[in-house]
Amino acid sequence: MAILEVRDVSLQVNSILILNGLSMEFWAGYVQAVVGPNGAGKSTLASLIMGLPDYRQHTGDILFEGQSIKNLNVDQRARLGITLAWQEPARFEGLKVSQFILAAAKNKDKKEVDRVLDMVGLEPARYRSRDVDKTLSGGERKRIELASILAMKPRLVMLDEPDSGVDIEAIDRIFEAINRLKKDGTTVLLITHSPKVLEKADHAFLICHGTLVDKGVTSNIMEYFSGKCLPCPHQNVPEINSGAAAGGKT
Amino acid sequence: MTGDLVGEILESVNLHRTFNKDTPHLIINANQVLSSHQVEGLIMEPEELPDGVRAKLRVKKGVKIGSPVHLCFGLLPERGVQHIIMDIEIEDEAEVSFMAHCTFPNAVDVEHRMEAQIKVGRQAKYSYFERHWHSDEGMVKVVPVAWIELEEGAHFSTEFELLKGRVGLIDLDYRTTCQARSSAEMKARIFGRQDDRIQIREAAHLIGEGSRAVLTTHVAVKNQARAEINNEIIAEAPYARGHVDCKEIIQDNGQARAVPVVEVRNPKAHVTHEAAIGSVDSKQLQTLMSRGLSEEEAVDLIVEGLLS
Repeated sequence: MAILEVRDVSLQVNSILILNGLSMEFWAGYVQAVVGPNGAGKSTLASLIMGLPDYRQHTGDILFEGQSIKNLNVDQRARLGITLAWQEPARFEGLKVSQFILAAAKNKDKKEVDRVLDMVGLEPARYRSRDVDKTLSGGERKRIELASILAMKPRLVMLDEPDSGVDIEAIDRIFEAINRLKKDGTTVLLITHSPKVLEKADHAFLICHGTLVDKGVTSNIMEYFSGKCLPCPHQNVPEINSGAAAGGKT
Repeated sequence: MTGDLVGEILESVNLHRTFNKDTPHLIINANQVLSSHQVEGLIMEPEELPDGVRAKLRVKKGVKIGSPVHLCFGLLPERGVQHIIMDIEIEDEAEVSFMAHCTFPNAVDVEHRMEAQIKVGRQAKYSYFERHWHSDEGMVKVVPVAWIELEEGAHFSTEFELLKGRVGLIDLDYRTTCQARSSAEMKARIFGRQDDRIQIREAAHLIGEGSRAVLTTHVAVKNQARAEINNEIIAEAPYARGHVDCKEIIQDNGQARAVPVVEVRNPKAHVTHEAAIGSVDSKQLQTLMSRGLSEEEAVDLIVEGLLS
């Protein structure tokens, strides 16, 4: 059953067409990926699903468990169980890791902070009292953001480029966390252009230039993406007022 | 009677259950010294004035006061003026920390003026944490003025916090002169609401080689509150280092102005500043809202972090 449906969605920003008639169905309980080269519109799609203010003026519809969420704000969507982990997580001066995690947590018990920090491979005693600010590396903030999402126990989580800016050991912990989310019944949507991340998905959607190119089991999409998309010299430069953006397999 | 007032003052600053009368302290209500306790090496000489108290505080050379010295300045009536004059001397190589509570829980029309002369001797350490407890009516006028002299190798730090209750009007003016290898850290964290007015002037004059200063001001204003921050560091000695950090979050019709002044008069000195004024950062806001917090809850948490 589809937990989330993107129905014929197009989005223009400053007269530039970023998404062009996208339709997708994401199935409950699976790890799915939206893959494509830089500039394909992947992060825009995630922002639009989350309902971020700059991405609300789209056509088409977004349905969560069969109900349109088009008119819901970010927090209303989050309370339905949708959330997003940013490619570059925000920094919060003065806010402790424990406060940040508990703000999202379903279970407000302080032990929950330690539990989720452990799950992302961060030693609780070293991290719970630190500020979520520039004193943490990008990789550490990424793992803390993932910890807050584990504490939130969402129905659907979008992870935007989960491997960017993190070291090899941290990537393994992030992949473990993805497995844990799936085991707990969370639908995971990976936004990526990395074959290493893509291979963690059960199914994948390939987009280019804001248009769906292909969808299917990951092995098929991987073969096409690695063989054709990665070596492709084509640059995703959004067209102004373009209705004829690139689409279809080439 | 005096004991009742002590209890009332301590209760207003939430210390009534934990306060130990054997810790060094000075408790004042209006112009009346209610209680004081000295320890070896700490000399306190309070003198009652018609509208306040003048107090001399001295820490003898080389003495390290183990526990914080509690200072409570209160004005429990709804109206009145309290004028505190402090003459503080921390002699060479001595160390002391103060925990100050200024409480005006019933204020309708209260003015609290503080004038402090602080001298921190060679290699001495002085830290002062000051928390204000105001009523929710905002009818308090607070005017703290301090002149601070740091001798060679001295360390001085002060934190001013006014987060609970209404500010009313605050007009803070602290000026520090730093001799060689001394350091000054001054922080202020204030949350203004309704028609509160916040004026802060912190200045450090780095006249000694290798002296350092950091001035940090974090302010949030909402409703019709206004804030003006004037922080200044002048460095005129080699290897002097300074940094001014001013962050202000404005909500609703709040207004804020920051004027960081950095002046360097020696090619081997270096002073930096950063100032940011604006509404809550949209990415922070969206991150917290994507975890299910309402916009109001998210803003409160971000402001709490900034002022923590």
